[in-house]
Amino acid sequence: MIESHLPAYIALTFVLFSVVIPAFGLWRKELSQPLAVLGSGIAAGFSIYGFINYLNEGSIRYFFGGWEPPVGIEFVYDGLSGFFVLVINVVAFFVMIHSHNLQKVEFPGKEMPYYALAMLMMLGFNGMILTGDLFNLYVFLEIASLSGYALIAIGEKQAPYAAFRYLIIGTAGGTLYLLGVGFMYTITGTLNIIDMAAMLPMLFESNATFAALILMIVGIGVKAALFPMHGWLPDSYTYAASTSTALIAPIGTKVAAYILFRIILWMFGIEITDAIAPLSYIVGVLACIGILYGSIMAIAQTEMKRMLAYSSISQIGYIIMGLSLANPWGFAGALLHVLNHAIMKACLFMISGQLRLKEGHSDISRFDDSYRIKYPWTMASFSIAAISMIGLPPLAGFFSKWYLALGTIDNSNWLFLGVILLSSLLNAVYFFRVLEKVYMMNPEKGQKEPAVAERNEASASMLWPTGILAVSLIVIGFANAIIVGILLNIFPM
Amino acid sequence: MDLSLVPLLAILVSLVVVVPIMLSSAKPNLREFWTILAAVIKFGLVLTLLPGAMRGESVQLHLVDLAPGIPLALNADPFGVYFAVIASGLWIFTSFYSIGYVRGAGEIKQTRYFASFAVCLSATIGIAFSANLITFLLFYEMLTVATYPLVIHNEKKEAIDAGRKYIAFTLTAGLLLVAASALVYHYTGTLDFTPGGILSDADLPHTAMLLLFILFLGAVGVKAGIMPIHGWLPAAMAAPTPVSALLHAVAVVKSGVFAITRVVGYVFGVDVMGDYGLNDILIVLAGFTIIVASLIAFAQDNLKRRLAYSTVGHLSYIVLGVALLTPTGMTGGIMHIAAHATMKITLFFCAGAIYVNLHRTEISNLDGIAKVMPWTMGAFVIGSMGLAGIPPINGFFSKWTLALGSLEGDMIFPVIILVVSGILNVGYFFPIIYRAYFKPGKGLEKYGEASPLMVVPIMVTAILSVLFGLFPNLFFGFYDLAVDISLSLFNSAAP
Repeated sequence: MIESHLPAYIALTFVLFSVVIPAFGLWRKELSQPLAVLGSGIAAGFSIYGFINYLNEGSIRYFFGGWEPPVGIEFVYDGLSGFFVLVINVVAFFVMIHSHNLQKVEFPGKEMPYYALAMLMMLGFNGMILTGDLFNLYVFLEIASLSGYALIAIGEKQAPYAAFRYLIIGTAGGTLYLLGVGFMYTITGTLNIIDMAAMLPMLFESNATFAALILMIVGIGVKAALFPMHGWLPDSYTYAASTSTALIAPIGTKVAAYILFRIILWMFGIEITDAIAPLSYIVGVLACIGILYGSIMAIAQTEMKRMLAYSSISQIGYIIMGLSLANPWGFAGALLHVLNHAIMKACLFMISGQLRLKEGHSDISRFDDSYRIKYPWTMASFSIAAISMIGLPPLAGFFSKWYLALGTIDNSNWLFLGVILLSSLLNAVYFFRVLEKVYMMNPEKGQKEPAVAERNEASASMLWPTGILAVSLIVIGFANAIIVGILLNIFPM
Repeated sequence: MDLSLVPLLAILVSLVVVVPIMLSSAKPNLREFWTILAAVIKFGLVLTLLPGAMRGESVQLHLVDLAPGIPLALNADPFGVYFAVIASGLWIFTSFYSIGYVRGAGEIKQTRYFASFAVCLSATIGIAFSANLITFLLFYEMLTVATYPLVIHNEKKEAIDAGRKYIAFTLTAGLLLVAASALVYHYTGTLDFTPGGILSDADLPHTAMLLLFILFLGAVGVKAGIMPIHGWLPAAMAAPTPVSALLHAVAVVKSGVFAITRVVGYVFGVDVMGDYGLNDILIVLAGFTIIVASLIAFAQDNLKRRLAYSTVGHLSYIVLGVALLTPTGMTGGIMHIAAHATMKITLFFCAGAIYVNLHRTEISNLDGIAKVMPWTMGAFVIGSMGLAGIPPINGFFSKWTLALGSLEGDMIFPVIILVVSGILNVGYFFPIIYRAYFKPGKGLEKYGEASPLMVVPIMVTAILSVLFGLFPNLFFGFYDLAVDISLSLFNSAAP
């Protein structure tokens, strides 16, 4: 019986823990983090079970209170939503474990509200993915955004300013989306995505539909940091606490990408999306510009978190580009990159947190070859994640690029192919720079002897999450044929 | 077709040995024992494949699917085995030599050195045994990554710059290979190397085929040192000499020419190469590279750099042989893979012995050293004579076959290039020998011959060069094997 209620259980777990954490946290604030681990762990367990169930039994439509749409609200647990929920909840689980030693340094005294907010944000993200209702999606979007602004504001001195900027831009994006939803409601008389998808082939020639589509793409594009709507991202990711960045960076923009997938490929379908203007191509070109812009800006950064933030703009571009190709290989590449990038970025941001904890900074220009001796395991994980980001086989990052490349070739889209290849080189520039600093002497600073240092490795609660994520990149690399086989089945056309 | 784990084991043995090498970091003798053990086992495993290869058989192994329909698959075909025998055989000598070298020169981070070296050999054998382009790409990138720590080994500014250059060149090449492989997959739906070519039935328009070929050329031409994309090779001479010897004269660059042969013979196929006129591009580039590299070699005073440019030139002999598209030319090219390997490794070994023993790197400082290092310099004479194409050393034999191959295709131009290049080779090697033997040396009184760990491998590789020159079939029937490989590419292409 549990299977049919799974979509609700995943969301309700986070509701429950966002209440339980304040209740226990007021009594003993050190209980907040273990409870957050427990909550995200249970949700991750449900997500894994749910995805296995999807593979065996197929999709689930869950009607809240037994009210069928259009009267009630439904959660739709199909391949796409199941996959995204699985990715975000598993990553969140690892980030929550990793935060154990960071909490006392990065947000002392605020543990209880912090973890309660984290649970609320995860509720918002899961709700956005699972819901089958456009307005309900907006509600979850605001839950996730508001708790996200608060999480970002808990950070360095500049963090509240960055969060405020994000709040302004993000709210504008949310409002545009809501406006689009309003248009769609006026035209179709329903808010249910599946109903709407059934009606759209008869209604798509109106200008209002076209306007609604553009409003929704732009509004969600802000949340996905699609170029040129990425302005909020670098500061927010840099100044927020390492745990917030590790949680939001791999997950937040992916959820926005999910909405774009849902709207463009499922609700409208690619033919209707492109019926009036080649919107998917325009989105793809924006993604390409974002890929190159993010990579070039990442090269220019010396602060590791900021470099990774720009790299995120670039990587989200891959996902959106794969969406815009709207063919099976591009789709599989994009979704595989959702998984890969979530793992790589979570791993890399967690490592920047480790370095900040141990060294007090994550300024690449101050890295030296003593890190090799002080943090051998941390740096090993970093190297694996970095090489995967560059996209060398057999690591996972290579394969998402491979499928994206196949997708661009199937569309004879040589521009996009060139961008994918060029961006890999740019990735190599900014990651090798770090590896050089960490593993080699610095002759430009006159260093003659390898550094001597004591081992000062991070604690097990940090090493295990980063280590497991790094190893999983190798595993995914070898197992990607299975994953891609599943993803190709999810492709709607 | 025989199913067997031997090719996989041959690849894995030097990958697995990295763990004990790292663990015995504090005990150098034990650590080097692991290297030697892995080298010997690897060579033994490869040798067990040789009898089958002589009969024209392949050992295939299908591991996991790397992508839907594209497996991680090994195929130890005759050509792969041929290359694997050379690489793994010479690794044994290089391992002994390395021990003498790194200890003699007091190198830092020796554990990293031996570990990376072992990974490089895994990647090289992986390249030899790759059954399709994706598997090949995997090992090709692995070789890039594993060679990088060796190039930057001494971590001086020059080395780190060379490392950046190396990474920039090889990563770009890797990306071109990704694009080229994806295109081949798009056009044909397969990536498996096939004698006679995957693209032979694709029937592409001329420009598409040309662009695809240029992509492949950029992808594998970098490691093969074809001008003008050879720039990383002379820079990479900042690496310790055994690295230059095995990797930049045998494993890495030969992976490049091996890949060119694979691309010409197994992806495009000789028919497509000829029909679309793609081989002309290769002949012109190779001819240009042979002559220009030899001329640049003259200007180098640094011994290793002169050898590096000589390497660039000789790699293009092989490319030229493949590009002739005649069975004899192909045989000559394949023979020169082995011939150049034994000769150039000898010369690099000599350069390293001179550096460790006398701390001299410039040719102008080598006056009179033959008196103190007679064995080393004797081997140097053999190696350089061979490269100049003087009988009875194996360089002559492969060059002779190359010349016959171009005549077989009614081409005179390649023969002229071979002759001119031979003269240039004499020209840039002779001054070294002259200085070493006939000029009086200074400050050499307290020196003797280098350590036996280095001299013995030098002598062995030099003797191998002579023996292969006199009796091409003496060991393993190498000449017959090369002929068979070459014929298989032409026979299967015939309708």
